[in-house]
Amino acid sequence: MADAKGLNATVLRDRLQHLAKREGVQQWDLGAACSDDCSVQVDRGEAKQLKAAQRSSITVRVWNSDGLVGITSTTDLSEGGLEQALMGAHAASRYGNPDDVPHFSPMATAPLPSIDRPLKPRQGILPLLDTLRDAEADLLGRHDAIQTVPYNGLAESLSQSLYLNSDGALREMERTQASLYLCARAEETGRKPRTGGAVRVALGSSDLDVEGCVNEATDRTISHLNYRPIDTGSYRVCFTPEAFLSLLGAFSSMFNARAVIDGLSLSQRDSIGTKLAVPFLSLHDDGLHSGHISAAPFDGEGTPTQNLCLIHGGELQNFLHSEATARAFSVKPTGHAGLGAKVSVGPDWFVISSTEGRESGASLDHRTEDDPFVLIEDLSALHAGVKATQGSFSLPFDGWLIRGRERVSVEAATVAGDIQTVLNTILHLEPEQHLTHRGVCPHVWVDHLSITGEA
Amino acid sequence: MKDRFSDQWRDLLESLILRGTCAGADLVEVFLERTDHIGLLAEQDTITSVSPSFSKGAGLRVFRDGRDGFVSTNDLSDSGLLRALDQALAMLGLESQALAEKQRFQGLGLLKDHGLQKDNWLSRCPELDFVSQRLLEGTEDLNRLGRHLQVRRGSYSRDWQEVLVAASDGTFARDVRLHQSTGLSVLAADGEHRSSVGRRYGSTDQPDDLARWNTEASAAEVCESAGTMMRAKYVDAGQMPAVLANRFGGVIFHEACGHLLETTQIERGTTPFADQVGSLIAHPAVTAIDEGFSGGAFGSLSMDDEGMEPERTILIKDGILQRFLSDRAGELRTGHKRTGSGRRQSHAYAAASRMRNTFIDAGPHKPEELIASVDHGLYCKSMGGGSVGPTGQFNFSVEEGYLIKDGQLGQPVKGATLIGDAKEVMPRISMCADDLELAAGFCGSVSGSIFVTVGQPHIKVDSITVGGR
Repeated sequence: MADAKGLNATVLRDRLQHLAKREGVQQWDLGAACSDDCSVQVDRGEAKQLKAAQRSSITVRVWNSDGLVGITSTTDLSEGGLEQALMGAHAASRYGNPDDVPHFSPMATAPLPSIDRPLKPRQGILPLLDTLRDAEADLLGRHDAIQTVPYNGLAESLSQSLYLNSDGALREMERTQASLYLCARAEETGRKPRTGGAVRVALGSSDLDVEGCVNEATDRTISHLNYRPIDTGSYRVCFTPEAFLSLLGAFSSMFNARAVIDGLSLSQRDSIGTKLAVPFLSLHDDGLHSGHISAAPFDGEGTPTQNLCLIHGGELQNFLHSEATARAFSVKPTGHAGLGAKVSVGPDWFVISSTEGRESGASLDHRTEDDPFVLIEDLSALHAGVKATQGSFSLPFDGWLIRGRERVSVEAATVAGDIQTVLNTILHLEPEQHLTHRGVCPHVWVDHLSITGEA
Repeated sequence: MKDRFSDQWRDLLESLILRGTCAGADLVEVFLERTDHIGLLAEQDTITSVSPSFSKGAGLRVFRDGRDGFVSTNDLSDSGLLRALDQALAMLGLESQALAEKQRFQGLGLLKDHGLQKDNWLSRCPELDFVSQRLLEGTEDLNRLGRHLQVRRGSYSRDWQEVLVAASDGTFARDVRLHQSTGLSVLAADGEHRSSVGRRYGSTDQPDDLARWNTEASAAEVCESAGTMMRAKYVDAGQMPAVLANRFGGVIFHEACGHLLETTQIERGTTPFADQVGSLIAHPAVTAIDEGFSGGAFGSLSMDDEGMEPERTILIKDGILQRFLSDRAGELRTGHKRTGSGRRQSHAYAAASRMRNTFIDAGPHKPEELIASVDHGLYCKSMGGGSVGPTGQFNFSVEEGYLIKDGQLGQPVKGATLIGDAKEVMPRISMCADDLELAAGFCGSVSGSIFVTVGQPHIKVDSITVGGR
């Protein structure tokens, strides 16, 4: 069912059909994935670790004679593995939740969007190693204070995934992608070590912007060498696109219909149409965006991916849905589902922009602003410092205190606030949108955020 | 294919290792794994998710001149393992050669089977009916004991793992591991006031553990915390002394110092303690230990993922750095002897030096003495997660905190994050109480997410940055 050429959908379907018939299972579906990855890490010119992986997995979901759903996953794609998965799912269906039974997505056979993501040839481990060695040497040579690049990696992968069900749906996709990560550590005598990093992603390793990644990692690292503690207080803050996307992503349960139904979202069932942010903010979840290297044409239930407006003019427009949540809200699935007994829902690729025709009225620019502000470059420890169900956050960050032409890196500080307040007190979205590896976003200005420092 | 890891695998493993050593590898290691996992979730008064999963796979690692190539695969067939080995060899510029040539491998030793007495553990684990019943008891207890509860959840996870490790140094060892964890969590809401609180409990190698779970006591603890924190005010930020409670309070040592005492950090050049063995790096009140055999503790193991039996490693004694945690690669690259700390989430990761059950040892004081010694500060009764960065900057969140004023506990406060630098904070842990307790947790790092224990008695930090509003 899987070999060196990848998954064989026809064989998987025929085998599962046969097993299901034998077990008296009328309705089933299956998600499968396999990948072939390799990656390298280096340490001061030497290969540190070279890795490769061949991974495969399948998830089988069955509906029993009472209409209840069970699920089982396995990495064993042999006939025995598939049989074990089907039997396990059938056994688990006895515990299916009668109050929340997933169905097949009504859009599992709808036409798929066209995604222009050509498969790129993989270079193999030794060329990757050469590229990363060169990148590390380049970075180490950029400044005397940069002594190591402790976290680095260059990876490329080929992956395949498919969805099929007993009603005849069959979705397949294949993609290649590559990533480069460089995090440099710089230290000057008598001063604390400082770090800065950069990431690049591309469809293939030969397309990676290595030079740009080295430049950015260098700039970020060096710009933190001149650091000082910051006074605790309330500050005007400008989030870089990466930082704001991180923050909003940590509170994506606001847009998640599953979380709304479960009572774990700040939003309610009737929140559509309510004001969530300043009137000049728009947010889309655009899984089809041309900059989204990992774009997939369908979700875990086979529903086509789409560009979905979540906020327009500051008002909440839509939630992200699976089949089950869409049915509960009497809308169509949006292409954001996983595959499970209780199907999870998650965002794809956020695009934040100014609402057309609505302006903030401010003219702030992080490159030229004269009044003091804190530029937050990156937020850390979101897993620990975000209370998504309460809307609050208290997070360590990397950034600078900028006063006119003086730009001083902030040492060991946290920023704290409430996401709903942040969204409603955005002062300005800079006009230039930036494509990042997390999504698309401009620099975002917010007033009166609490910052704690060691000064 | 052999359906159990046993001596039946010897011939295949020896031929693989021989192939690797003949190709010029300094060391060849094969890690085989089978897992059987199940997770259950109860929401309100219904079981809403049952998620079984199975996996199998191998991780093959080849060392040559201090470098290593690692390949993982789900294919445990002879040809699948051979393909993976050849790929790992090729990464290091090695090619397999005729086996007759230069036989440097003397064969595997006797199989050391740590799993022999554990082969019935999976079948001794609770049936789904019983797990469901216990979880629903938990959510029912929450309903009975809590107020304003918008969401009540109970969860159970069982991870069974069988591993076989073989290496060209003769290592040949098998183990069976069983980790179970249960948790209760709530979201309490009353108007604009909200709090979300959860507690997780975990055990190793105790198939009957779920039967002993006191759901009522767990629910009472969660409900009390949620009720207290729902109307808590945000903490005022600043520098202040802090008293950290025992059990999961130990996350401060785990994040602030423990990770920096793993040899992976020496290899990366990211620990400030690399050349500090024998030096005072913490307050003399601090003795810290990492070990792998506390009965039933989440981080305990009969052998590590490189086949070595765990030991009790004294990391810091009276403030003086004694040892680093080391794995095979760590010993090779840093010279620090292995400590049975080579751990990985699964076959998909190469083992790395990682913590097991890590704790600050008990001191002479009563917890009340620590609080009484603070004029104005923060009592951290329950900690959330945390992390440490590449320069030793750590952070962790406080789930349940109270102000300390004039040596007395005051009003509850929320939204606190403790941040600092390991080198600066360790000398500030000035008092340790006598109430050491451990708590189960998960640690994510270079070799994936692993089961660990953190722990400490109540401790006092003389001054730490408390992030808040």
